[in-house]
Amino acid sequence: MLNLSLKELSQALEKKEFTSVELTQFFLNRIKKLNPSLNAFITVDEARSLAMAEKSDQIIQAGKKSILTGIPIAQKDIFCSEGWRTTCGSKMLENFISPYDSTVIHKFNDVGAVNIGKTNMDEFAMGSSNETSYFGPVKNPWALDCVPGGSSGGSAVAVAARLAPAATGTDTGGSIRQPASLCGFTGLKPTYGLVSRYGMIAFASSLDQAGPMAISAEDCALMLNVMTGHDEQDSTSLNRKKENYSNSIDKKIDGLKIGIPKEFFEEGLSSDVEKVIEEALKYYEKLGAKIVNISLPNNYLSIPAYYVIAPAEASSNLSRYDGVRYGHRAKEYDDLIDMYFKTRQEGFGDEVKRRILIGTYVLSAGYFDAYYLKAQKIRRLISNDFKSAYEKCDLIMGPSAPSVAFKSGEKQEDPLAMYMQDVFTISTNLAGLPAMSIPAGFVNELPVGLQLIGNHFEEAKILNAAHIYQKNTDWHLQHPKGID
Amino acid sequence: MDWDIVIGIETHVQLRTKSKQFSGASIKYGSEPNSQACLISLAYPGVLPVLNKESVNSAIRFGLAIDADIASKSIFARKNYFYPDLPKGYQISQFELPIVGKGKLSIDINGNSKDIRILRAHLEEDAGKSTHGVIDGKSGIDLNRAGTPLLEIVTEPDMSSAEEAVTYAKKLHDLVQWIGICDGNMQEGSFRCDVNVSVKKKGSDILGTRREIKNLNSFRFIKQAVDYEVNWQIDRLEDGKKIEQATILFNPESGETKSMRSKEEANDYRYFPDPDLLPLVISDEDISEIKKLMPELPGEMKLRFEKDLGLSTYDAEGITSSRDVTQYFLKLIDLGANAKLSANWILGNLFSKLKDKDLNILNSPILPKQLSTLINRIDDNTISNNAAKRVFENLWNNSKKEVDLIIDELGLKQISDSNEIDVIVDEVLKNNLAMIEEFKSGKDKAFNALVGQVMKASKGKANPAQVSSILKEKISK
Repeated sequence: MLNLSLKELSQALEKKEFTSVELTQFFLNRIKKLNPSLNAFITVDEARSLAMAEKSDQIIQAGKKSILTGIPIAQKDIFCSEGWRTTCGSKMLENFISPYDSTVIHKFNDVGAVNIGKTNMDEFAMGSSNETSYFGPVKNPWALDCVPGGSSGGSAVAVAARLAPAATGTDTGGSIRQPASLCGFTGLKPTYGLVSRYGMIAFASSLDQAGPMAISAEDCALMLNVMTGHDEQDSTSLNRKKENYSNSIDKKIDGLKIGIPKEFFEEGLSSDVEKVIEEALKYYEKLGAKIVNISLPNNYLSIPAYYVIAPAEASSNLSRYDGVRYGHRAKEYDDLIDMYFKTRQEGFGDEVKRRILIGTYVLSAGYFDAYYLKAQKIRRLISNDFKSAYEKCDLIMGPSAPSVAFKSGEKQEDPLAMYMQDVFTISTNLAGLPAMSIPAGFVNELPVGLQLIGNHFEEAKILNAAHIYQKNTDWHLQHPKGID
Repeated sequence: MDWDIVIGIETHVQLRTKSKQFSGASIKYGSEPNSQACLISLAYPGVLPVLNKESVNSAIRFGLAIDADIASKSIFARKNYFYPDLPKGYQISQFELPIVGKGKLSIDINGNSKDIRILRAHLEEDAGKSTHGVIDGKSGIDLNRAGTPLLEIVTEPDMSSAEEAVTYAKKLHDLVQWIGICDGNMQEGSFRCDVNVSVKKKGSDILGTRREIKNLNSFRFIKQAVDYEVNWQIDRLEDGKKIEQATILFNPESGETKSMRSKEEANDYRYFPDPDLLPLVISDEDISEIKKLMPELPGEMKLRFEKDLGLSTYDAEGITSSRDVTQYFLKLIDLGANAKLSANWILGNLFSKLKDKDLNILNSPILPKQLSTLINRIDDNTISNNAAKRVFENLWNNSKKEVDLIIDELGLKQISDSNEIDVIVDEVLKNNLAMIEEFKSGKDKAFNALVGQVMKASKGKANPAQVSSILKEKISK
């Protein structure tokens, strides 16, 4: 069970080689054994998961199975799940039991997938190392003294350490791809609007996007097939025909034009990582792709623009956590204002407070034009960069993260260094583009991810290119020692 | 010193939709607290707003009614502030690009028409309600109203007296009900005005500092608050003091206004476009579809009533003052009642009765069918005008009775049979020979006295016009 792909698991369930309950129990046992050292899950509810598995077994018995029926999926604790504690990694929601399912959870439930637990994450998805979680840091299974990346660090480790066959994540500035890179698995951030945000606790609404995290591109495609679709409850959800991403995944990639942005190989990229990426690109040439040099001249502005827009939206999105209706409320207070102050002071961690402060500042009278409006202009420039780039190429490739996993605590006191972790991923969020990270090698026994960026709605093209690479290499099948 | 008064009004009109501005929850008034607070009203983590199309249509209807530009693209923005009855910590409103642009509403001031320019109208959502004292020592929050769709209508500072402000507010109140977008219930808060008041030296081009009186939900309060505020500002300026910009509240009990917060204490709302909602795009086709469904507007109808039904300007204005009155009137016309008489009876007797009992015409105990019968009986000379008033009184108190039955019971049927009248006239003439002489010698008064005698003899039932002509005929023989 440990190393089977989603398709293989599905076939085994169909052939009754094992039941969903057995499979679920297998992963629950792994969680029980390994989670104390990895801290990948915030909430595990064996009884609930097993009850879901039992239901799935009935569906399988009745011959009404679809591909993910009975398969355990780890869910990032940002997705509201009815009856489950949903914390978003924050003390603010430490005891919040969601009364409803997010659309993503609903879709997995609909096909009979099993929720194996809610994964750890940076508080309100703000962070790149999973060290801002109120529930403690997540450890990288490749080196326990290193971070797994963030914010979807718990989901990342769940997949990398095989605590679940696959997981969901969300990506606002790189929160799926950077941990995928640091933990050595495959993660995809879809085009903005492809997956409904309903019930996904908001960080920065114009950037947040949910996506799959799994061992392979093939598995990601199967996950994505479930996750996408127009949702009337999300006004920014795109109304377009649902695609099957598995259909074209095995197409030849002869003549595929891969754009290499020179800006991704300048400042900030560690030379070891650069070597791995160059090897991977050479391998793509061997597979029949053509390398084209391109430029994304405004990429250097993506971090400053992001750190205006995302905190601005966050400062407003997080206003609802005021202690009035649900979530944390300070025990003692003098009056209403005191209640607000104490509740938010106690309920939010430092990074969240930092971003609320930045966001409040950039939206304030007198600063709005200089920060928020300027950042929106930059956002358009960055979009235009990609637009011109795609006139010359089919896909863009480069590193997912500037380095391999770094040591826990290393960047905690230096927010700007931490923010640089997303230097290659943020521009795609600003442009709303789909992008993926796939394992492409190692530096000092730590995984390195290759990033594939597609034009809007070209998830199929990215998945295809990723799959062809994975068919010919085995980087994605490596897993950390000590987890078997 | 002489002063000019400058008034602008922002009105919050609660739209008569089935559900809230951004969720499916009901907007019914007066339900059990929080029984209409869905997850979106409660701002649960992860929930998202979905725009109510009905409210967009309402805004377009209003735009068409005031001849305004309707924005092909408008933007929803977040207005950020903390308050316990504002669950999200922000209100979704429209800031830079509102759905309805510049338009106008004309009001009648002492028989003259004056245009009040509308600067804009935008869609937004209402907040909930905080209650104090229901639970001892604690505050309660009721979020039933949170998210209720509002259209905020903002004028230019075009009004120059409390009377004009009230006239505008009444006219707007009529209009939003006329086009069916608001129930107009002011007690339930469906129509609330924020009135901006300033004064300036007579004829000066420089506007004074304004103070905003919040949340006035009756026309009487608007009048009282503006009068008080104007005097307060003038007194202050004449004392050599300055007016500070402020938000103030009117206390109906004391009749005074009181500062709520000064400009310095004002919130920085940190408006920015709501990333959860796409720009609202309205096509010309959308607008023309809605145009087709628009009712004839009061102004258009007023002119038609003058031209086609021969109503006086005054009557036509009164009849088209509200949709309910117009509909009542049109029912009378449909039932064959004389238009002029119908207008007279509605604006006269019926209005004064309704006003006494503080009733809306919709709840009138006298139904259109009854009033039309009554008017028809006047018109066909069955009863006299005076008799009709008695029937009306009777109907008001016994509303289920048939008009004709009441006429019979009270014996009010007019005598229009000339033979019958002949007999009475002959009798009166026989007994009043002296009066005939007086009349013949040139005293016209004597004739009226004779008519009076005949009417008295007929117990008021003789048709006066007939009496007069028969009398004349007989005397001059």
